[in-house]
Amino acid sequence: MIAYASAFGAGLVFGVGLWISGMATPRKVLDFLDVTGAWDPSLALVMAGAVGVTLAGFPAALKRHPIEKRSDLNAPLIIGATIFGIGWGIGGYCPGPALTALSNLSVEAFVFVGAMVAGGLAHRLAFD
Amino acid sequence: MVGGVLIGLASVWLLVANGRIAGVSGILHGLSEARAGDRLWRAWFIAGLIVAGFAWHAFAGPAPIRQGFGLGWVALAGLLVGFGTRMSGGCTSGHGVCGLGRLSLRSLVAVAIFMAAGMAAAFVVRHPLGLPS
Repeated sequence: MIAYASAFGAGLVFGVGLWISGMATPRKVLDFLDVTGAWDPSLALVMAGAVGVTLAGFPAALKRHPIEKRSDLNAPLIIGATIFGIGWGIGGYCPGPALTALSNLSVEAFVFVGAMVAGGLAHRLAFD
Repeated sequence: MVGGVLIGLASVWLLVANGRIAGVSGILHGLSEARAGDRLWRAWFIAGLIVAGFAWHAFAGPAPIRQGFGLGWVALAGLLVGFGTRMSGGCTSGHGVCGLGRLSLRSLVAVAIFMAAGMAAAFVVRHPLGLPS
């Protein structure tokens, strides 16, 4: 029960962070990714802020909860990251922002999230 | 920067309190794949993400909805994001925020690749194709 409340709270804070930073606004994400247009580099600071906090907090947290760390660089990692990046650059949504954007109640957000779930299931059917 | 710090704090929180990595694609895909006792916390995390959006709109007003961007493109983008994140085992949060935070070489490589691919795709969609966004 406490674990569920804690997961909910983490999702809540994570989601507010996405909105404050502009990550949940596809236009802003595309302004960041499109370096040849009117480039908006501000999302790099968001990433720096987030990674700064995890760099500081993760060592102690991982001592308490050790999680296996893989180090192999294989084809699924490289091809999968390429496919994900292309989808991100087309739509301007990555998974967290897409989920919190369901609160827009826009057709776009529901279509994106439905397709994202279907994409994961397609990979499972094809490769598992 | 403030938003990024909140994202980082939520990620550290989920690891300390739940022992889980805050990788949103993994949390989402696991909703239908994980064993029975490992699903509900995922639903609660995702519920938190969605409620955060409603709370934000109540505070800051509704987000602008993109006009004229075809739903076919939206669906294609969603399919690629779902397929690619499951294949590579992470997205902007799992490989980006969390993987870089634990100095994972796999995550560093994934981030470099999806950033480059994202920049290339955004360029093609906006300039040669000229889609509104």
